[in-house]
Amino acid sequence: MKKYKQSEITPEKIYKKRRKFIKSIGLGMSSLSLSTIPFLNKGYSQNKNELTSYEDITTYNNYYEFGTGKGDPFKNSQEFVTKPWSVTIEGEVDNPITLSAEEIISLFPSEERVYKLRCVEGWSMVIPWMGFSLSKLLNKVSVKNSAKFVEFESIYDPLQMKGQKYPVLNWPYREGLRIDEAMHPITTVVTGLYGKALPNQNGAPLRIFVPWKYGFKSAKAIVKIKLVENMPTSSWMRSSPREYGFYSNVNPNVSHPRWSQATERVIGEGIFSPRIETEMFNGYGDEVANLYSDMDLKKNF
Amino acid sequence: MQKYIKIPIFFLSLLPILIIFYQIIFNQLGPEPVKEITHVTGNWTLRFIIITLAMTPLQKFTKLNFWISYRRMFGLFVFFYASSHMMTYVGIDYRFDWSSISDDIVKKKFIFAGFLAWLLLVPLALTSSKRMIRLLRDKWKKLHKLIYIISLLGIIHYLWLVKVVTVEPLIYLIIIVILLMLRVKMKFN
Ligand code: HEM
Repeated sequence: MKKYKQSEITPEKIYKKRRKFIKSIGLGMSSLSLSTIPFLNKGYSQNKNELTSYEDITTYNNYYEFGTGKGDPFKNSQEFVTKPWSVTIEGEVDNPITLSAEEIISLFPSEERVYKLRCVEGWSMVIPWMGFSLSKLLNKVSVKNSAKFVEFESIYDPLQMKGQKYPVLNWPYREGLRIDEAMHPITTVVTGLYGKALPNQNGAPLRIFVPWKYGFKSAKAIVKIKLVENMPTSSWMRSSPREYGFYSNVNPNVSHPRWSQATERVIGEGIFSPRIETEMFNGYGDEVANLYSDMDLKKNF
Repeated sequence: MQKYIKIPIFFLSLLPILIIFYQIIFNQLGPEPVKEITHVTGNWTLRFIIITLAMTPLQKFTKLNFWISYRRMFGLFVFFYASSHMMTYVGIDYRFDWSSISDDIVKKKFIFAGFLAWLLLVPLALTSSKRMIRLLRDKWKKLHKLIYIISLLGIIHYLWLVKVVTVEPLIYLIIIVILLMLRVKMKFN
């Protein structure tokens, strides 16, 4: 195994931007500081603390509702209307409820959570998300014992989302988690990033983020959360069951038919920086490995 | 006269790679520069395959002979862009990490198709000189029919690598199928 050396050339541009960012949140939100980042795992040094620039996070996106190009979501989402917005939580719950995005954001205070996003295509970013644990929201509706899985449904609005005019995927976008995965404290309802409201191209007004799974597991612009008894079929599973499993945990040992999952490119690092090794569970094994202790992760990919 | 056209066309064909160099130097390739170079060179390989394949039918339809005299140059540009494309992957992306690369070639069918296409281009590039044409005669013609297979492998490579089918590979596919059908038609006429 090759040990990848952390690039010595910290891109100055990014560093400067970060300094500026620290200053800007220092003004408005004194409670936030980069040194109090939750879940920042120290053993995980490779590049975990090098934040991806705001520009890269908000212009390089996979969000097929707005087009399949990486720049399309930024270009095509600026007019997207996220007000009013409601999210329904239903299914195997005692108190089904519909809340507006504003209500959710004010009911559950957001904190900064720096997590790495690992895309199934073999690239990663480190993003200072703003959000709170999904479990807090789910506890509000009293989940029944019969609920074994959670299904997330994203918005369907082809008038505003031109990508949905084509059957690229089975719209609306659907994703799912096992109930214990959904209840895990690092499974996050995202409300913003870099201390600002969530940009449209990143899934405004509310999205899910599951740090130890490939990016597509984290549904954007959610309108429905449904607790169900049986394993839901996600849009990607429907499109290609052989390539996209239900679990889709980041796993360097299970390779995808198109992309090697052993290594990844770090976004924003430039042309001459090497790939870095991908870590099991994207580096969150300490937190989540016990969820899968009796499972064969090669079979349940 | 033709010499005077050939030189500008030669430089025009170099333009895509010059633009890439410019973008590397001035850091304009966006957040994922390596992938961007892979995509640009891959697309130009396919475009030059199409241009090369179009020369013979154009000669037949326009009854002008000069098209053919560009065919060899365009064919060599196919090899040039295919090799830049492959070197981006082998040298820049995987840094000559041969174990990962060979693993990819056997495990990933889209890499396998691309690699095979590049491999088949090698004998064509090696036998592209006038001397070789004279030396091999009929065999040369047969050998260079490989470009049909290469074009199909190139498009299969593209179709296999996209996550969901988008318009671009389909457009390329349609153009290549039309060009190949023209060949079949010309043969039977
Ligand atoms: C005649 C030969 C080839 C042709 C015509 C070709 C063409 C292409 C095209 C059109 C693309 C997609 C560009 C886009 O998405 O816009 C592509 C991507 C790619 N090709 Fe090739 N290619 C060839 C050979 C190869 C070889 C030999 C390799 C490596 C051994 C290779 C590796 C790749 C990779 C890694 C990608 C990017 C995949 C991704 O987006 O994740 N190709 N190629």
